[in-house]
Amino acid sequence: MSSFIIPLIIIFIIGYGLIKKVNIYEIFLEGAKDGLVTTFNITASVVAMMFAVQIFLSSGFIEGVLGKFTSFFELIHFPIEILPMALLRPISGTASLAIMNNIFLTHGPDSFLGLLASTIQGCTDTTIYVLALYFGSVHITKSRHALICGLFADLTGIIASIIIVKVMFGF
Amino acid sequence: MINYIWYFLILIGITYSFFTGNSALINNKIIEASSEGIRLVIDMLPILVLWMGIMNICEKSGLLTKFARLLKPLLKKLFPNVKNDDALGYIASNIAANAIGLGSAATPFGLKAMQELQQENEKKDTASDAMITFLVLNTSGVTIIPTTVIALRQAAKSINPTATIVTGLIATFIASFCGLMLDYFFRRRKRK
Repeated sequence: MSSFIIPLIIIFIIGYGLIKKVNIYEIFLEGAKDGLVTTFNITASVVAMMFAVQIFLSSGFIEGVLGKFTSFFELIHFPIEILPMALLRPISGTASLAIMNNIFLTHGPDSFLGLLASTIQGCTDTTIYVLALYFGSVHITKSRHALICGLFADLTGIIASIIIVKVMFGF
Repeated sequence: MINYIWYFLILIGITYSFFTGNSALINNKIIEASSEGIRLVIDMLPILVLWMGIMNICEKSGLLTKFARLLKPLLKKLFPNVKNDDALGYIASNIAANAIGLGSAATPFGLKAMQELQQENEKKDTASDAMITFLVLNTSGVTIIPTTVIALRQAAKSINPTATIVTGLIATFIASFCGLMLDYFFRRRKRK
């Protein structure tokens, strides 16, 4: 089912543009150029985060220190490899992206961890970053229960991802 | 914040590897990581360029506005106190743009929505109920097409790069629902 979604969206959007007599080819090129600029703009932050995340992950800190709590995480059925991604996700989308890529390289994108990381990356957001940006833009300093609600949503998203990936892909 | 996190990751990584005698490995990783970062960007590039092109058609043909209009009745229920129609319009556009993976187009709409909501806000340094609901909705936001995830899965030679669209959608709905429920709970408690 998943593999139909993108092709269908593409035919629909381009078709709609054609019916509305939009200069689809020109408009496509204009957007694609923006895509180039966007990618170019994130390059520096991706390199910066990749650098930090790689050092952190390859130091063995997770296995060494967090590994002591393995039995606890096993008890609650939480895969420990996902933990750094879950912790960094609200702060930096690039950092969690780098961790996800690392999981793809070590465990494979179609493994349980690979599918789980992909699902989590898609269903959560950089809550703390967005909060700071949006509230900062209108000079709001007291955010009340916004952070708790936002992080709670991310947490439930992660828990839901674990269950859903297990059920739908039969792990 | 990001300053501390960045340094924390590097500091922990390097000090821990000194303790465990992994420093040679870290030395290699430092150089490797930068090229890995560039590779990551190159992996994402084709899909981002393609998708931004398609989504520009979506925006310029008025489809995005239509999509946003569909969301409005639902938003009226979620934001009962917002009388400002422009604010609701910007919120709808923000959510619609986020949903189709147009993150960079979503942010300007989001900031506009915040400005509109701030006009109705009584205490200018404190977040209003509507602002919080909007933030929860935005950060737990429904993403139909997670473009970068698909790009990186493809680059890692996945047999089905789009496999997690459906699982992501279900998880995202659960996350949004739970976030909004907690927000609702806080609001009701305040009123009592």
